[in-house]
Amino acid sequence: MPSYLVKRLGYHAVLLLAAVCLSYLLASLALDPRSYYEGRQPPLSPAAVDHHLTALGLDDHQPLRERFLHWADRALLHGDLGRTIDGTSVDAEFGRRIGVSLRLLLAGTVLGTVAGVLAGAWTAVRQYRFSDRAVTVISFALLSTPVFLLAILLKTGAIWFNQTTGTDLIQFTGEKSPGVDGGFWTVLGDRAVHLLLPTLSVALFALAGYSRYQRSSMLDVLGSDYLRTARAKGLGRRAVLLRHGLRTALIPMSTYFSYGFLALFTGATFTETIFGWHGMGEWFVNSIGKNDVNSVVAVNIFAAVTVLFSGFLADLLHAALDPRIRKTS
Amino acid sequence: MTTATRPAPAAAPTGRSALVLRRFLRNGSALTGAVVLVLLFLLAFLGPYLTPWSYSHIDYGALRSAPGPDHWWGTNRIGQDVFAQTVRGLQKSLIIGLLVAVLATGLASLVGACAGYFGGWTDRLLMFCVDLLLVFPSFLVIAIVSPRLRSGGWFAFVALLTVFAWMITARVVRSMTLSLKEREFVRAARYMGVGPFRIIWRHVLPNVASFLVIDATIQVGGAVMSETALSYFGFGVQPPDVSLGTLIASGTGAAITYPWMFFFAAGLLVVFVLAVNLVGDGLRDALDPTAEGAAR
Repeated sequence: MPSYLVKRLGYHAVLLLAAVCLSYLLASLALDPRSYYEGRQPPLSPAAVDHHLTALGLDDHQPLRERFLHWADRALLHGDLGRTIDGTSVDAEFGRRIGVSLRLLLAGTVLGTVAGVLAGAWTAVRQYRFSDRAVTVISFALLSTPVFLLAILLKTGAIWFNQTTGTDLIQFTGEKSPGVDGGFWTVLGDRAVHLLLPTLSVALFALAGYSRYQRSSMLDVLGSDYLRTARAKGLGRRAVLLRHGLRTALIPMSTYFSYGFLALFTGATFTETIFGWHGMGEWFVNSIGKNDVNSVVAVNIFAAVTVLFSGFLADLLHAALDPRIRKTS
Repeated sequence: MTTATRPAPAAAPTGRSALVLRRFLRNGSALTGAVVLVLLFLLAFLGPYLTPWSYSHIDYGALRSAPGPDHWWGTNRIGQDVFAQTVRGLQKSLIIGLLVAVLATGLASLVGACAGYFGGWTDRLLMFCVDLLLVFPSFLVIAIVSPRLRSGGWFAFVALLTVFAWMITARVVRSMTLSLKEREFVRAARYMGVGPFRIIWRHVLPNVASFLVIDATIQVGGAVMSETALSYFGFGVQPPDVSLGTLIASGTGAAITYPWMFFFAAGLLVVFVLAVNLVGDGLRDALDPTAEGAAR
């Protein structure tokens, strides 16, 4: 088992390095920080623009190779991602926003995945009954709604609800109310209310996709001979379904988890932007508008690390569930 | 020639395509999806001829007017006809979705079959490319490149969406090719001296065709979802052109006060993707030889 995982980890590290370097090159080629300074009011002199660009390490008079080597030396060897286009430290901004994004991603992914797996397994056991059909219809409708639209619909629904009831029970802007002060529980409650809709949009999306896959992989397992054998030797229905059924049906799911995370990450980016959370996704969308190369690369690094880490977790899960992988390698 | 020597038509074995078609038509939800898709295509391509308004024309006499006999689906805040705009946006989204699905499935089958058939370093290199493209959510990369593509128009956007839509399909095609490669008919062709690309074209791809058909169908829905999301954030289709994504973006703020600016575009988007998913599911059942009642 260790050699298999070490091999995967090494491969992921190589991928990460290649992807981060490519993303710097891509961002430098595609974005034009000079236009951001030149478009400023009042206008800056060309010398001042050059001065700003040089300070950021983005001077386009310098060859790309030199800029890249300089950036790689600073960022990859010393962990300093440089400055944003407004002159603040990228590392500090990264530290401030990463918690916001991780909270949304973790809560949404874990909630959606667990609920999706349970819903899928449950509907497979109750195939063609009313509950199965109901969950199928709901998940098909959710699967056909892009996450950004789902988030907008939830937000619109919340506005409508607040207007008709004349309250502001459901909060949908930002991650906390400005000026909420008080005890620990007040702050926690305020945060939880703000977390509700964004988490729901990420979780519902995960739930819809995973429950379909889990249902079909569980159905494959339910018809198998070894389940009948397990029942025949006197094991209880619940134990058979959980230990022999669900566990085996989860093995193919580990692949879907690692691919599905890509879509979930994108979904979280949309959700943050729509609900006004100051997380990585919102930073990314704003940075593109400002042609801010260093910030864009920082968000890409965050994306690559979380995607590869979730892929590694999926490998771990695969190895833990499937004895064949542990034994053979 | 007598009638006795000629077998009666009823006794002839059913062809595969007839069988698949019959099984598809028996599936109620898939049939509904197909009918809805046809209707949406008719709406998208005939709709512009039904209304006197063009999608960019501004009617200063009717700002934010509700749906009525003059403007069937109302007008938006600057007086553009919502029906004309939605139909035009639907058309653009459909064309982009179809093109991306066809191109991405083609690319995926080529790369997957080559990786699986040749093996060795070709396989390793191609799969490394697949993994590399899967490290980033495609949204991030397309958004970064999008400012450069404004001049390239929407076809550059299609190319970009394609580049990030083929990887998972290629993986599946590769693993199917790996097992096909060991089958007798492929070996026979190889020992007869048929070239590798000819084998891939004549023997491997036809055998993964049903998977490719299903996948291309599902890809249409996925491509439309990516397109609308990118356009919503301003990274996709650029004004003055419209797509369902840009229409949703401009209607979002008015979703409660002037619902017609938002819900026609949003509703058509959901209905379209839903119909595509139903058809894809129906095709999967119809093409799967192990499905229940497969012989009928």
